[in-house]
Amino acid sequence: MEKKQWKAWLYLLPAILFLGVFMVYPLVDVFVYSFEEGYNSASQTFFGTGFYNYSYVLHDPYFLQAVKNTFLLVIITVPLSTGLALLISLGLNAIKPLRDLYQTVFFLPYVTNTLAVGLVFMILFKKTAYSEGLVNLLIGWFGGTAVDFIEGPYWAKMFVLCFYTIWVVLPFKILILTGALASVNQDYYNAARIDGTSKFRIFRRITLPMISPMLFYLIITGFIGAFKAYSDAVALFGTNLNAAGMNTIVGYVYDMLYGDSGGYPSYASAAAIILFVIVLTITCINLLVKKNHVYY
Amino acid sequence: MKVILKDLTKIFPNRTKKLPDVIAVNDFDFEIPDGKLVGLLGPSGCGKSTTLNLISGLQSPTEGHILFGDDDVTDLPPEKRGVGLVFQNYALYPHLTVRQNIRFPLENLKGAEKLTKEEMNKRVESAAALVQLENYMDRKPSELSGGQQQRVAIARALVKTPRVLLLDEPLSNLDARLRLQTREEIRRIQRETGVTTVFVTHDQEEAMSISDMIVVMKEGVIQQIGKPQEVYDSPVNLFVAKFLGTPPINVFHARVEKEMLFIAHQPVLSVPGAPDGEVYAAIRPEGFIPDKEGPLTCALSGIEVMGRDVSVVSTHPESENVAIRSIVGAEIASTIDVSARDVRFSLKPRKVFLYDRATEERILFAL
Repeated sequence: MEKKQWKAWLYLLPAILFLGVFMVYPLVDVFVYSFEEGYNSASQTFFGTGFYNYSYVLHDPYFLQAVKNTFLLVIITVPLSTGLALLISLGLNAIKPLRDLYQTVFFLPYVTNTLAVGLVFMILFKKTAYSEGLVNLLIGWFGGTAVDFIEGPYWAKMFVLCFYTIWVVLPFKILILTGALASVNQDYYNAARIDGTSKFRIFRRITLPMISPMLFYLIITGFIGAFKAYSDAVALFGTNLNAAGMNTIVGYVYDMLYGDSGGYPSYASAAAIILFVIVLTITCINLLVKKNHVYY
Repeated sequence: MKVILKDLTKIFPNRTKKLPDVIAVNDFDFEIPDGKLVGLLGPSGCGKSTTLNLISGLQSPTEGHILFGDDDVTDLPPEKRGVGLVFQNYALYPHLTVRQNIRFPLENLKGAEKLTKEEMNKRVESAAALVQLENYMDRKPSELSGGQQQRVAIARALVKTPRVLLLDEPLSNLDARLRLQTREEIRRIQRETGVTTVFVTHDQEEAMSISDMIVVMKEGVIQQIGKPQEVYDSPVNLFVAKFLGTPPINVFHARVEKEMLFIAHQPVLSVPGAPDGEVYAAIRPEGFIPDKEGPLTCALSGIEVMGRDVSVVSTHPESENVAIRSIVGAEIASTIDVSARDVRFSLKPRKVFLYDRATEERILFAL
């Protein structure tokens, strides 16, 4: 028994070492830094310990703006993208001809280069010296006034960010949901048809519960993904997100470490821990909801 | 409710033009009497499930009509036909309890048929009582055994008192012991409710044991309709003869000459009225009588004791079956010399059927 356990640990050692050095140790370190005031990574010194870092971060208007942005992004994009993905997958599941073609079309964004995507969004939304962007052109046709989506009002920028995020996460969700829908045994639908179940009731009482595990998986990962949003905002609004007022929590952490105003690992750590607590809370709530609504 | 199938045909067009269309159901014409239990029997791919789907309305026929009593239901969607269907895999909604599963069809009723909560509960309770599931009402299907799931499926199909109950391979997902028990259950439930029932099976024993009437099918064509015993005792063609019975019927290449049946040039049975020519002689396992003076000589391979019965296994050069199995009583079997090379049989004329070598149709002879 002793010997066997020793062997098992030996086999696990490479993974444990790797995870320990690159995952567990940094995580613990972040937690420690967040309580060390004025930690300097070069000299490895700090002034004292306490909650000052948290207090600073929570009173920083840039952080509060980042929290607001992130929450808005999460609340708008997670339900919308999941709902849209569900609608599209239901549509895909209902058609026979051209299904493969549409599936490919819907999946394209997933395999498209981020730079190319950025370029497309620029053409769509960015005002340049030569054009006002395709969307503004359309708005103009319908008699509206042009809006600067990249450097204009807050709601316009938020709209673009949400639009972009939804568009980027949609393919994966569609892929998962079409898979889930296709794996529901046709006999359930036949049984329901024989019993004269209405289409809406079939969807609500059979389809939805059957795909609920996948749906729930998408919602949880969607929440976590949206809370971690950063690169999308950079792609749209450039690196100085604080100035654009479009920073996210992860963006704030990055800025605190490496940005132009950076060099404050303690503040960054505190912000990271706050994000962790937020994500943990939301995930716990999700898990509680799941208990009552997800069938396995 | 009487169910009438009139010239029913279902053709599945082939996706590529190169291959011929598949005729799953070919010109069916038969009537299922009210309150009877009918088994559709045939090998896989013979169109029996398609027939069931046509009756349920899940598929619509290419040609022909389906009547429930005097109602032509051919163009009605499944929910308007008043059928209950039990699926091969039961198709119980896994996220609902037994009670919710059984109640599901009732909740769909609309308009004048709409039921109050109390009525629903009453109907659910009585359906559950019929299949003896009262103590399992709040369990999920995954917490039930296969046989119990089957009964839930039957209760769900019966709860809205359908005009016709359809069962698709009802026993195929059960183990041997449960199968025996469940087929008695199906028979009992059918008797108690008196609902006209059609079930599909590839297991001839299953069909024979509980049906009032069996329909033997092959490649979309009805081969024979009748009471199980009748069909067993006089199969109209070689296919039906081979399909019914375990162990299977023993088929010999034989010929008839001057009203005498010859197997390997040995006269084995007098067949008055049969025309001369090459035939198949199909002999039921119980049609052999071990007889030291018997006309049919087979090479003895061994004796298999199966409890009550004994099966004598032998071979014969003119036999289509690799091994000839004949069922004999234990006492008679004890008279057979196991060490002997040969065993000789005389034949019971009622258990011997002659079929034309070309058409495989039955040739009758006087008994």
